[in-house]
Amino acid sequence: MSTIVSLPDQSTATLPKRSYLNAEHGLLSWLLTGDHKRIAMLYLVSITFFFFLGGFFAGMIRLELLTPVGDLMAADTYNKMFTMHGIVMVFLFLVPSVPATLGNFLIPIMIGAKDLAFPKINLLSWYLYMIGGTFVLASLVLGGVDTGWTFTTPLSTHYLNTHVITTATAIFIAGFSSIFTGLNFIVTIHRMRAPGMTWFRLPLFVWSNYAASIMMVLGTPVLAIAITLVALERTIGIGVFDPAKGGDPLLFQHLFWFYSHPAVYIMILPGFGVISEVISTFSRKRVFGYTAVAFSSVAIALFGFFVWAHHMFIMGVSNYSALVFSLLTMLVAVPSAIKIFNWSFTLQKGSITFETPMLYAFGFIGLFTIGGLTGVFLGSLGMDIHLTETYFIVAHFHFVMVGGMLMAFLSGVHFWWPKMTGRMYPESISKLAAVTTFIGFILTFFPQFVVGYLGMPRRYHAYPAEFQVLNVLSTAGATVLGVGYLLPLLYLGWSLKYGAIAGNNPWQATGLEWQIQSPPLTENFLETPVVEWEAYDYEWLAKKQQAELSHV
Amino acid sequence: MSVSSTFSEITHPPAPEIHASHDVHDHPFYQRHHFETAEQQREAAGFGMWLFLLTEIMFFGGLFMAYLLYRNWYYDAFVAASNSISVPMGLTNTIVLITSSLTMAMGVWAAEVKNKKLLQIFLLATVVLGFAFLGIKTGEYYDKFAEHHVPGASFSIADFVNPPAGSKEKPLPMDMAKKTEVYFSLYFAMTGVHALHMIIGIAILIVLLWKSNSGVYTSGYVQPIENFGLYWHFVDIVWIFLFPFLYLINRH
Ligand code: HEM
Ligand SMILES: [Cu+2]
Repeated sequence: MSTIVSLPDQSTATLPKRSYLNAEHGLLSWLLTGDHKRIAMLYLVSITFFFFLGGFFAGMIRLELLTPVGDLMAADTYNKMFTMHGIVMVFLFLVPSVPATLGNFLIPIMIGAKDLAFPKINLLSWYLYMIGGTFVLASLVLGGVDTGWTFTTPLSTHYLNTHVITTATAIFIAGFSSIFTGLNFIVTIHRMRAPGMTWFRLPLFVWSNYAASIMMVLGTPVLAIAITLVALERTIGIGVFDPAKGGDPLLFQHLFWFYSHPAVYIMILPGFGVISEVISTFSRKRVFGYTAVAFSSVAIALFGFFVWAHHMFIMGVSNYSALVFSLLTMLVAVPSAIKIFNWSFTLQKGSITFETPMLYAFGFIGLFTIGGLTGVFLGSLGMDIHLTETYFIVAHFHFVMVGGMLMAFLSGVHFWWPKMTGRMYPESISKLAAVTTFIGFILTFFPQFVVGYLGMPRRYHAYPAEFQVLNVLSTAGATVLGVGYLLPLLYLGWSLKYGAIAGNNPWQATGLEWQIQSPPLTENFLETPVVEWEAYDYEWLAKKQQAELSHV
Repeated sequence: MSVSSTFSEITHPPAPEIHASHDVHDHPFYQRHHFETAEQQREAAGFGMWLFLLTEIMFFGGLFMAYLLYRNWYYDAFVAASNSISVPMGLTNTIVLITSSLTMAMGVWAAEVKNKKLLQIFLLATVVLGFAFLGIKTGEYYDKFAEHHVPGASFSIADFVNPPAGSKEKPLPMDMAKKTEVYFSLYFAMTGVHALHMIIGIAILIVLLWKSNSGVYTSGYVQPIENFGLYWHFVDIVWIFLFPFLYLINRH
């Protein structure tokens, strides 16, 4: 395999004397920082914690499903397990993952700014996230919730005596964290771009986070109000969703999915951005159809708001509106497909190398495509009625969210790790991890398509014995997948101390972030840069390197 | 300035004592280091505030959606229930709020013309009007409580099935009368969330009032006052929608 990593001469290379990491010392200097890069690191640590917590619940679920009889835990405990798994993974991992960590770190640098527009609000976002997370942990310690992550009424308002309020509070607070992050990004991208950094010179990573931010800002408040009403209904007995008082549980569904469908794109769009950067860098090409890819992100952000009711086909929406929503759902598939085609064309004409981030990106394209295509099945009314509430759904959203987003997240973490820490990770083991994750993933979730198609319902801790073989396969796969996720934790941690010095631009990429030192200075740029080249302009990069060589 | 020279400088970081960003000392005291100009900072803050208000619109939007939907379904119940709410109190409150919007706008103007005394007077007036609003609101809530019109266990539909003697109301059939509870649920949710916004607003006003003592807001740094003004006007506008929806709906 050819490679383009250009490490500085090892014998003399050292980390830069001054960087954001050593600008100040002590725990307080981190907890009170306004530096977007440090806040990104705070997020990275806390998000990783919650990911593994959610992973623990996933493990318990899979362990229970090893046998057809519910022998490991009671149905009630099982319900709490998958509820906590869903809540932690969706609200505390997927939604903030790429924006809060990579986005926070990179967006200001990529557009040539010294920081986000509102550093204090950025820090506040992290605290809100942590407080939200604490409430989730509290509800767990107090005895758990078993509504499922969707808080469906009237189940959540009337029939369960569990900690719905604590969890609702958690989600309300964490929601504000994501509103403020989105708001900060939008203002920063509009107002803080360096001279010459026009909209169509923005890296696609910035575009996709911009689109996701629009959805965070518009969608999250609707979730907040839905959750508030649930809490009010439980506590003081107002009757907005309560059929006994004339309220309508369907209204909750509308409000909830008005957020939660776009939320799927809040989760996946920033991942698209990562993939565009990685694909372009490792095929040395401008992304084919740059403008189409940029606009398709915005299109997804807007269309995403018109398809929520496809989650409600079996919940009693009228046939007519079901038809309309089914059609609209097919339409949102178009911008996603545009992206897949454009990445493929980029690859086709490029000179490709297979570094670790690229391996993850390939994994992303494969898995996300399968997830997306099965989504089209589900968008068609007839199929949906057969497949909904079976393991087919579980497989579908794991292909999209875990196969898609998590692969993209890992791709991005590996891609920018040298920039964030100044050090490289060991290459062969990181490639091994990428491959392990891919194999483990397929083994875990492919059998779930089959078992779902055959009719195994989700959310039960026991199932007919004929499904056992497929479930055993799935649990075995989950074990492999778990190893695939643990490996990066270990070797990335190791690299912090022992990794080779990365230098400014190990991948020979063109973005502004690669033109400054690794790890960056607190102020990113000493002088505001003037941007005179297009995004992904590899010829410009070659010329610049020539000029620097003739200088010395 | 050429890009490559900028970058090669950065590649070899200069000694820590050089702080390029602080070389220039001609920015106003309130300009944060990561902004190029005070103008850029002001624009960013204003834009951020507008976006925040957009999220507020979406937040209240969910409630208004619910309201319109149910009003359509349970029209008679909504009419009867809204007739039980005191229009004079609502109207007084509307006037109080519009006046407070005016005093707030005058406050922003006073900050712009750098008149500290006037600024403080107008902020104080806004605080007082805000409290007046909340006081009247509390009175209304108390009336609802006394009439058993607060949703929950002690909610009673008696007034709607058998209107009190001398009232112009038509009696409602039992099942429609029950739906008045949905109306009151929305009434309390919407006015409650609105009142919460007022309480937060008053708290911020008091902080601004206290900080304005030092003269920061009357020396060119208007933006916090300006942004707060936007917030306050927004809360007023929400009320301008709530008042006709909740109080005036189809009066006879
Ligand atoms: C980013 C990672 C993940 C996310 C976001 C995620 C999300 C979810 C969500 C939202 C549910 C639905 C819970 C419900 O039905 O209410 C779910 C269910 C489930 N997840 Fe995950 N998951 C992730 C990773 C995993 C992994 C790594 C595994 C297995 C190794 C796994 C196994 C399961 C299983 C078996 C269920 C089914 C629970 C049921 O419906 O009975 N998940 N997951
Ligand atoms: Cu959806």
